[in-house]
Amino acid sequence: MDFTRRETFGLALGAAALTVLPFRANAAAEDRIAEFTGGADMAEGGVTLTAPEIAENGNTVPIEVSAPGASAIMVLAMGNPEPGVATFNFGPLAASQAASTRIRLAGTQDVVAIAKMADGSFAKATATVKVTIGGCGG
Amino acid sequence: MISRRDFLQVSMAASALVGASGFGNWARLAAQQALTQDQLLEFETFGNISLIHVTDIHGQLKPIYFREPEINLGVGDNRGKVPHITGADFRKAYGIADGSPSAYALTYDDFSSLARTYGRVGGMDRVATVVNAIRADRPDALLLDGGDTWHGSYTCYHTAGQDMVNVMNALKPDAMTFHWEFTLGSDRVNEIVEGLPFAALGQNIFDAEWDEPAELFKPYKFFDRGGAKIAVIGQAFPYMPIANPRWMFPEYSFGIRDENMQAMVDEVRAQGADVVVVLSHNGFDVDKKMAGKVQGIDVILSGHTHDALPEPVLVGKTHIIASGSNGKFVSRVDLDVRDGQMMGLRHKLIPIFSDLIAPDPAMTALIEEQRAPYAADLAEVIGQTDSLLYRRGNFNGTWDDLICDALISEREADIAMSPGVRWGPSLIPGDDITREDIWNVTSMSYGQAYRTEMTGEFIKVILEDVADNIFNPDPYYQQGGDMVRIGGMGYRIDINKPQGERISEMTLLKTGEAIDPAKTYVVAGWASVNEGTEGPMIWDVVESHIRKQGTVTVNPNNSVKVVGA
Repeated sequence: MDFTRRETFGLALGAAALTVLPFRANAAAEDRIAEFTGGADMAEGGVTLTAPEIAENGNTVPIEVSAPGASAIMVLAMGNPEPGVATFNFGPLAASQAASTRIRLAGTQDVVAIAKMADGSFAKATATVKVTIGGCGG
Repeated sequence: MISRRDFLQVSMAASALVGASGFGNWARLAAQQALTQDQLLEFETFGNISLIHVTDIHGQLKPIYFREPEINLGVGDNRGKVPHITGADFRKAYGIADGSPSAYALTYDDFSSLARTYGRVGGMDRVATVVNAIRADRPDALLLDGGDTWHGSYTCYHTAGQDMVNVMNALKPDAMTFHWEFTLGSDRVNEIVEGLPFAALGQNIFDAEWDEPAELFKPYKFFDRGGAKIAVIGQAFPYMPIANPRWMFPEYSFGIRDENMQAMVDEVRAQGADVVVVLSHNGFDVDKKMAGKVQGIDVILSGHTHDALPEPVLVGKTHIIASGSNGKFVSRVDLDVRDGQMMGLRHKLIPIFSDLIAPDPAMTALIEEQRAPYAADLAEVIGQTDSLLYRRGNFNGTWDDLICDALISEREADIAMSPGVRWGPSLIPGDDITREDIWNVTSMSYGQAYRTEMTGEFIKVILEDVADNIFNPDPYYQQGGDMVRIGGMGYRIDINKPQGERISEMTLLKTGEAIDPAKTYVVAGWASVNEGTEGPMIWDVVESHIRKQGTVTVNPNNSVKVVGA
């Protein structure tokens, strides 16, 4: 769905399409993880995921991933209807194992980065990105 | 040998004593009618550096009344912690006597009668006197402005911030950071900042297209003072494009960016900074969390949430200073910096009692120069008030009750919404309401009062969304405003529930019926972040309403039931 909550504040168009609950991880996301890791355990640490706490625009949220020594990093938007965002593969000559992109988030949800390390182990980082109508600050 | 940690604690205790004895004396001296400017400014100069902090002035050039909140709830780890204590609890925590000048300055109780006793607060000509006095003690003191300066009054609106720029330039700050300034629109902000004779700082002000630091705003600036190298790092309001209209400054992106803050701290330390000061518009709880995550900040001068605290709050080795709003306070922070580290700190929150502090004549003249073209419009009396009119409080305030009444009656709405901003001075019973007073609580660059239809379900979505911006237990997800004020509708809120489950018992007050999620209601409000919002300006709506009332009376608002406080 198009993210329209912010735009509707004050005009209330398309209000019926809205929901307030955080978007839950769907089964497709779990399937993608299982496919990538083969069901292996994932360590916390070793991969850094940088994302805003609150999205300025849910349609284009800048994120950055970095995992020194990784051969691949998969990024998932756990609550999107199609959770797959990108998988970055790094060859042996890659100068650094980091990437940045912009993603579209259908609502408040977790973004997950999973790094496949050179030794075949996996590491995971999670960031909750809130998508909000906005209000008024002090 | 005394360790650095012990030393800091000793000197924290010492600063608390300065605060406590100062406050105690004020109460006694005021009772003897002997409180003077000298006593307000009394400060035993300490160490080798002085910082002067002003923040969240919101365009207030002249003395005003400003009532502090009665309801200011903390959640999660901040429940019951400063600044989330008010009234008697606040006075007890800081040893402030009931009815004393400090009680008047820092707490809400008995406000109208104390306001008559102690008079108005603030006024930039009084602030100038205080700044000049500190500079007389310490000529190279750093003056740092935490932002929300070029917004919030009739003259500020009509000059697009130029009145405040002129006055602040005369006060000669050394650096500034930003929030509402951006609602002037990026072209105007860029124009002012390009000509600014001091540093415009924000390590978290980024170019939105490239997600790289914005060229116009530097992350930090070095100052050589008292034989030490001071790094001042700016932190603008993180959630500007969310809390305010993104379309007004689409070239800019913000965010907390604490990993970049750490990188900046490391960078200035590597370049030889002896002391690191962050000039912040994060809001107090966000600053507390950031101080726990980012290592190496000595002092955070905190703004945005309008808290005024008579003592620093210590997180690890970081001292956080909160200096109030609307020109009501100036903080003086003296630092002892030696051998590349901060050895001690002494602090005083100076309330600007406008009847006690002599105005600086040059600044008075400059202020009057800004106001002169608009003098007749500013002074026009629109009505009177029988009630105390104030804004601060998590759920409502009498000013917003009045504004919501105006929206319902002037715009023929079932329900009214007024944004939970924290700026806007107070009026006491018997006061005239002038046009200036109305603009002081409504002025902004997107003041259109919309009228629209919303379903009951959508109204709940809005309330849940805004509630989570205040009561999310993680401060990094808080935007630092208060709850949207609602007229014509009551509700129950359980602040400790997750988003989607806080709001219940929504009731249309005029019928006493429960709000039907499927039914459509006419809603009037103002300050929409949506581009192209149509409607008359809110100050015109409020002026028309007050004119019809003549004398305004605002009845106590009992329509919000708060659970979990």
